[in-house]
Amino acid sequence: MECKKTGNISVEELKKTHKLLQSSSFEAKKINKGYADRSLYVNLSTNEVKVKPISEDMKAKFTGGRGYGMKYLWDAVNPDTKWNSPENEIIIAQGPIGGITQYPGSGKSYVVTISPLTDIPVDSNVGGYFGPLVKFCGFDALEIQGKAEKDVIVFIDGDNNRVAIEEAPAECVNSHILAETLTEMYSESEEDKRNVSVVSAGTAAGNTRIGVLNFSHYDLRRKKCKMKQAGRGGIGTVFRDKKIKALVVKKTGVKGDTNNPADLDKIIRTGIKLHREIHDNDDKQCRMRVHGTTQLVNAMNAHDLLPVNNFQFGKHPEGEKLGKESFEKMFDLGKPDGCWYGCTLACAHALTDFEIKTGPYKGQKVFAEGPEYETLAGCGSNCGIFDPRDVVETNFYCDTYGVDTISFGTLCAFVMECFERGVISKEITGGLDLRFGNWEAQMELLHQMAKGEGFGVVAGQGVHRMKKMFVEQYGADKDFLNDIGMEAKGLEFSEYISKESLAQQGGYGTANKGPQHDENWLIFSDMIRNLMPTFNDKAEALYYFPLFRTWFSIVGLCKLPWNDIEPADNHQQEEPGKVPEHVQNYVELFKAVTGKEFSQEEMLLQSERVYNLQKVFCLKMGKGLRSYDNIPYRAVGPVTVEEYESRKERYDKQLEDLVGVNPAGMSLEDKIKALRDYRENRYKKLLDVVYKRRGWTNNAIPTVEKLQQLGIDYPDVVAVVKQYL
Amino acid sequence: MKIVATKPELCIGCKACEEACSKVLFKDTNPEKSAIRITQKSDSGYDINVCNQCGECIDICQVQAISRNKNGTVMIDMDKCVHCYACVGFCPILAMRYQKDITGPFKCISCGACTRECTTGAIFMKEV
Repeated sequence: MECKKTGNISVEELKKTHKLLQSSSFEAKKINKGYADRSLYVNLSTNEVKVKPISEDMKAKFTGGRGYGMKYLWDAVNPDTKWNSPENEIIIAQGPIGGITQYPGSGKSYVVTISPLTDIPVDSNVGGYFGPLVKFCGFDALEIQGKAEKDVIVFIDGDNNRVAIEEAPAECVNSHILAETLTEMYSESEEDKRNVSVVSAGTAAGNTRIGVLNFSHYDLRRKKCKMKQAGRGGIGTVFRDKKIKALVVKKTGVKGDTNNPADLDKIIRTGIKLHREIHDNDDKQCRMRVHGTTQLVNAMNAHDLLPVNNFQFGKHPEGEKLGKESFEKMFDLGKPDGCWYGCTLACAHALTDFEIKTGPYKGQKVFAEGPEYETLAGCGSNCGIFDPRDVVETNFYCDTYGVDTISFGTLCAFVMECFERGVISKEITGGLDLRFGNWEAQMELLHQMAKGEGFGVVAGQGVHRMKKMFVEQYGADKDFLNDIGMEAKGLEFSEYISKESLAQQGGYGTANKGPQHDENWLIFSDMIRNLMPTFNDKAEALYYFPLFRTWFSIVGLCKLPWNDIEPADNHQQEEPGKVPEHVQNYVELFKAVTGKEFSQEEMLLQSERVYNLQKVFCLKMGKGLRSYDNIPYRAVGPVTVEEYESRKERYDKQLEDLVGVNPAGMSLEDKIKALRDYRENRYKKLLDVVYKRRGWTNNAIPTVEKLQQLGIDYPDVVAVVKQYL
Repeated sequence: MKIVATKPELCIGCKACEEACSKVLFKDTNPEKSAIRITQKSDSGYDINVCNQCGECIDICQVQAISRNKNGTVMIDMDKCVHCYACVGFCPILAMRYQKDITGPFKCISCGACTRECTTGAIFMKEV
């Protein structure tokens, strides 16, 4: 089927190709204090659709969002389940606060599955309207199991209380077309389009392990579907393996009280306070409303933290070309760019009439999402590419093909370094000249992923599997590839240089799902402000922040309005890094939605239950021990001569001041080794104190006492840890 | 377009305008339900706060619920509004209102009822 552009086949004709496999009605249910207290289960092997009640115990222990996702997945899979086993599930859940319209950043969904990259549970957060609209159809979670025989669309119709599974053979799989097509197909008018949201992946998601899910929301002013991505861990790959073309939800009539909170007045007042804070302070702080996360490029480059050429270096003379000034000129600004109602932080910027230079949409002018920092750093500087226009195109194709820009950027950077160092050659890459800075070759790699051919298929397996392949098939040096291949647990690193922040190294290494920064972002407070000088300080941060940040994922909130906007007097607070006023806002919001008593201590306890369940889940899948928290040395210190020499003064001084050796007269190799021994020992010591602080054994296993203390000492959970204790 | 113009130095703080506005908008005499607000200043005299129809709220609204009517007055379509109150937080002069018994934000609709109650000329309709 022709898939090059929209409009060549009418939506009516496409609709006629659908074959209804299942139509199931459900009883309407209003939300009560943030909860529907039931979930929607769909099995694509059997076409079974059922509504499941959510028990009081599940609600009390796992709260919602990622908590519900982890519990459902735990119940669904066994230790032998692989990412492509039929019993693996994709769970999309919202959380009790999710869907309120008054407090910025309240529309996040959390997606959970067994990852094709890591073989353990992965969680990924995403904006867009899908999650809140599913909730307002009367479901706290959507649980999808089984595999369809042919491509299907699952349609949740909250206006008519019906779920349909439709075979859908004809629509284009690529998301920028599919989201537009299905939004038109399932809406009744232009105005009605905002009541429809589509989840989709793309052609490359099915040919690689790094697939994303795109969650749409309709932009009334631009008359276009915008998309946000559940990016990490290859969830889009699982989605396409289940032969899901799309999930569609329709729900009209969302208002400020649809979440039916206990105290709407309190929520509105808290929301207005933050709207005003953003109005007054955003221009003086991060300017998210203008630059989005692109402003981070400038900040990271200035502090030697922007990954350049596969994380070898932390800054580049051209780094700022990828930064905020470029995008202020390129973005179509002045329109509300929130990805859920009421988000005035409005970071989801876009470019209109963006002309594509490569691939199947070459020559077309498209509506393109503004790239996030991670994309600019990963697909841009980390691959030696510094033209902002080019990275916009990479971002566009990654989104529409359904590929994670972080994994793609990091694996592409790895491939480029392997190519430049002669680990692989043009014979292996099929002629692709994958040198740093060669954007055309990067794009060809991406197009090959979409077509499922050439070296793109190899690269699409991710860094972890490429390392093994390069060693086994091409005789590469295993130790060297383990040093420079920026993955841990099978997941590619997100885009920060962590060499000078031990706390961030620990944050990356101990993150449950793999090295993603959403659990911890401690570089500035550790490295720049030196707020955690001792191991115990760092361990405390690595206890508190993963739990605090996990809380966003169990209640349905976005992290950005926590600390990408701050009260004007935040710097005067005792612990400004925690943004205490905003933490208190969250306590008030939870109380106001649920009507329950709540405190900051209870907040951490809620998170700690989910966090520990996820940890035990990794053990259940045969992973999760201390050895899985190892990270490549490049995340810790300089691997190569070039890296050492580029920051020679810094490293020589560290040898003298910290290691206690005199660098004068030492060979470069000896200096690199001495520094490495010192840094690797520190990392080991950090893990010791972090595990202790978390109530785990020295082998990273939660103790039975810890599980009892958290109230998650269910027999099957205890049985898992007992195997290891 | 007509706006409610002000001369605060003439205001005597009788608040008849607030009562008139609340009556027109919500059939009530609650000053918290008035789009125009009179507050006593710390030293002496009064501040008058009322929408100047600048229209900045129009661009803030994600669901296009705020627009100008044919007279140029900025109006809210409550059918479209999702009660996010971004317009309240982003009003440059804090003249978009929230009151807990009213569903959704509200504002001055340039009806002139308040000006008709003003005995000192502190508020008056002005073509701009």
